Amino acid sequence: MLEIFMEYYPLFLSGLGVTVFVTLISCSLGTVLGTFLALGKIYGNKFVSAVVRTIISIIRGTPLLVQLFIIYYGLPSWGINMDPITAAIISFIINSGVYQAEYLRGSIQSISGSQLKAAQSIGMTKWQGIRHIVLPQAFRRVIPSWTNEFIYMIKYSSLAYVIGARELMTEGKLIASRNYQFFDVYLVVALIYLIVIIFFVAIFNRIEKKVTIP
Amino acid sequence: MPTKHLLKIENLHHSFGEEEVLKGISFSLDKGETKVIVGPSGTGKSTILNNIIRLVPPKKGKIYLENTEITSAKKINEIRQQIGFVFQDFGLFNHLTAKGNIMIGLTKVKKMNKKEAEDLALLELDRVGLKEYADSYPSQLSGGQKQRVGIARALAMQPKLILFDEPTSSLDPELTGEVLKVMRNLAEEGMTMLVVTHEMGFARSVADELIFMEAGKIVEQGNPEKLFTDPDHQRTREFLFQLTDLYGEGEN
Repeated sequence: MLEIFMEYYPLFLSGLGVTVFVTLISCSLGTVLGTFLALGKIYGNKFVSAVVRTIISIIRGTPLLVQLFIIYYGLPSWGINMDPITAAIISFIINSGVYQAEYLRGSIQSISGSQLKAAQSIGMTKWQGIRHIVLPQAFRRVIPSWTNEFIYMIKYSSLAYVIGARELMTEGKLIASRNYQFFDVYLVVALIYLIVIIFFVAIFNRIEKKVTIP
Repeated sequence: MPTKHLLKIENLHHSFGEEEVLKGISFSLDKGETKVIVGPSGTGKSTILNNIIRLVPPKKGKIYLENTEITSAKKINEIRQQIGFVFQDFGLFNHLTAKGNIMIGLTKVKKMNKKEAEDLALLELDRVGLKEYADSYPSQLSGGQKQRVGIARALAMQPKLILFDEPTSSLDPELTGEVLKVMRNLAEEGMTMLVVTHEMGFARSVADELIFMEAGKIVEQGNPEKLFTDPDHQRTREFLFQLTDLYGEGEN
């Protein structure tokens, strides 16, 4: 196993680089998207909140793989072409954004009522109250769910191999098809995922501890 | 309609669904006055306060802050800056320290710079006797301390008057004294205050006028001593005696 890693480490590591890159971008832009969706659902007018509900129900109700195929194989028929990594990132942002919107919505709603009222009582506008009072608390509360989402995303990003994005899983498959040592190669791949996830969980736990309110 | 009063409420009505909770309330408040509203729960006392700063917009009636009609004012957040509000459940921002709770309104609403805001926050904390708790978070404070931070936060905005919505009702009895003492000092310093409370001792000794409400109407209002000793309505007497029995004279 170690020999296999030593022999092919440039490939494994470049695959890992793509995996981490795709996950980081997807999760963080997913947070931005999720925040807007959650705010739209809670504070938006009837129209906005209906639109958000529809988006959430469509994305949650269909498989990620199907969404990925629609973006990578479907959009070109409308003249929109993109490389596999871009297609993967876009579909992951949308998917992750929708899930994060739901986590955030719960956490915002658990804070909003009296805290927003207090913010408005000192003359803040609703938006100022949301920005300075509600969101800073909601984000802290959502970190554990966010960590979970990140773990899922590292693993789900392996789906990008089916459209040929050269992330960790794709590299593993290429190596295995070259040397036929499927067991050892995929074991290395699995171990790399495991180590990376343990590493990131440790980081997020640390952040959570650091920003926690006594 | 111009008014010489600081706050004037005219024929205020409010309802929640079918249930009419305020049935035409009128009274006014002059600069430096403290008025206390008492009455059984569910009578609409807190609704009046919420109507004033439009956290709950009133259904009918007019409210004036000096010469501005605030029931229809466009920029309600500018009106709210001029009216302090102290909540029954404190309403402190849980992610900010005592100092931060006071500073955020100053920096974000009044656009004061950070240093000035901090100085003023410390000054107001000192005024309510909590200077040494400036860096404590709400969860590290007792109920009485939290409420005093709430009062300091309202004070720092330099409001024209402060509304108190049952400020001691969620406190343990032994903690009400410290909050009432701060309020008593404010009244003596000439702050204009409208207080909803069950603390009869406070009402009797601090209020310039006592307003007794029941079922959405003002039953009787006037000098507290008169209401306690020689009220015009039998119901006023019953209620005040019952509460004095329940809560005692308050304050230690």
